[in-house]
Amino acid sequence: MKPISKVVHEIPASGIRRFFDIVSQMKDVVSLGVGEPDFDTPWRITEACIYALEHGHTHYTSNYGLLELRKAIADYFVRTEGLEYNPENQILVTVGVSEGMDLAMRAILNPGDEVIIPEPSFVAYKPCISFAGGVPVVVCSYMENGFAVLPEQIEAAITSKTKAIWLSYPTNPTGAVAPREILQKIVDLACKHDLYIISDEIYDRLTYDGQHTCVPMLPGAYERTILLNGFSKAYAMTGWRIGYAAGNPDIIEAMMKVHQYTMMCAPITAQVAAVEAIKHGYEDSEAMIEEYGQRRRVIVKGLNDAGLKCLMPGGAFYAFPSIKDTGLSSDEFAERLLFEEKVAVVPGSAFGECGEGHIRCSYATSIDKIEMAVERIGRFVSKLK
Amino acid sequence: MEKQILKILERDARTSPEQIAVRLGATVEEVSEAIKKMEESGIIRHYKTIVDWEKAGKEQVFAFIDVRVSPSRGVGFDDVAKRIYNYPEVHSVYLVSGDYDLRVVVEGKTMREVAFFVAEKLATLEGVLSTRSSFLLKRYKVDGDVFEEAAAEHRLAVTP
Ligand SMILES: Cc1ncc(COP(=O)(O)O)c(C=O)c1O
Repeated sequence: MKPISKVVHEIPASGIRRFFDIVSQMKDVVSLGVGEPDFDTPWRITEACIYALEHGHTHYTSNYGLLELRKAIADYFVRTEGLEYNPENQILVTVGVSEGMDLAMRAILNPGDEVIIPEPSFVAYKPCISFAGGVPVVVCSYMENGFAVLPEQIEAAITSKTKAIWLSYPTNPTGAVAPREILQKIVDLACKHDLYIISDEIYDRLTYDGQHTCVPMLPGAYERTILLNGFSKAYAMTGWRIGYAAGNPDIIEAMMKVHQYTMMCAPITAQVAAVEAIKHGYEDSEAMIEEYGQRRRVIVKGLNDAGLKCLMPGGAFYAFPSIKDTGLSSDEFAERLLFEEKVAVVPGSAFGECGEGHIRCSYATSIDKIEMAVERIGRFVSKLK
Repeated sequence: MEKQILKILERDARTSPEQIAVRLGATVEEVSEAIKKMEESGIIRHYKTIVDWEKAGKEQVFAFIDVRVSPSRGVGFDDVAKRIYNYPEVHSVYLVSGDYDLRVVVEGKTMREVAFFVAEKLATLEGVLSTRSSFLLKRYKVDGDVFEEAAAEHRLAVTP
């Protein structure tokens, strides 16, 4: 047979996938490797979906998504950020942020266009850029800077082919939150060079020390920013596959064009559940966030006590300690930790080359398990010395 | 911070001040001090253990008894309630709105024993007009705890 697509062929196999295959063969593993909430979806949300199904809500919706949901999302931004999106033409409901990322790239890129992405970051960004014919240009963020990228680094990476800058704070896998001043400087660069900004703010609600900075709120950003967000993390709805994109009407229309021919619409089950979540799920999600906040302190203290230098992450539910002192690569560390102490973590290198020397530890798991895991990690690290 | 401490202790009274301090980003002294103050002021009434007596092999039945009361001058709801709650077989007593006034939970070794208690002690009290008994058959959720085997892990072990 003729070979498959060159672009697809050239995307390397996921580093996480390989790890998953090993872990799933083993028993009694304490996993800090899970990138999703351990809570089940709050019952009021699930129940709203069951009710809707019983009452015949089993059909296609508008390509943009249920107007009721788009209105609820628009209200939410007015209420929480004072940010205005017209629900008629500035909000597109997507199948998770995952689809939103793909649509954004396909809507704005021509072959050869460059997109600047800070790493370590979510595993899907680079492939999404490549699938759309673009070229990812990586800039590294470092522990010394709290894993926030510096505007100077972005500026140095800008060329005549640059089309967009991809931001994602709080960040998976580092838990980094970028200071407002830094984000503003990056926005200024985007304005100066006329670039789009993609801002994946899926962890916006999961910030623990102060206010989240919503990128489109920054002066100069609104017109050029595609805001991606969703329900997976804040409402523990990963399996529902529901998210949205918001931005200026031209971009949203372009994204909708791709969406209407490839997806038609997001599943109605998830859309009606999302309406309930955004209208009435606030307290349920606050309770989960409070719990993550406590776990965060437990895991960070535990990892530091275990001998791994770890910053206090400002958001998301990941700690990203350094393992450089052990002399192992992050792949080796993760693999040996798994075999010797039955703790699963994700090697930092899975999130880009500059994640090397770190491991990602998710604290979306119970405090008991976190305490057990850090104890085992401590034993493992002391054996290495 | 007090409310957060209370929530943690309500879930697991054996969480140590050291553990609580880490979770809340406070010092052990601050946490211990706050707990002591709340114990002294009665915000924390006491600590106890939730026992599954059935598992422990104890024969036990519970009944919910709704009691209609006719308060009279000098004998209000509180007085009737007190006469009821002083019996050791009475597990809890609530004043409620609706058709009945007091909701009494009675504990006994057998249904017969509970039925006799209601007929002889409760129904005959001065001020008690009528009672309605329902025996407890199965507990699904008690004080926020769902009585069910812990659900299996539904998540994949490693995900992005
Ligand atoms: C930064 C980031 N963006 C997007 C996603 C995907 O989210 P969704 O479930 O909405 O597709 C994840 C999931 O782990 C994530 O961490």
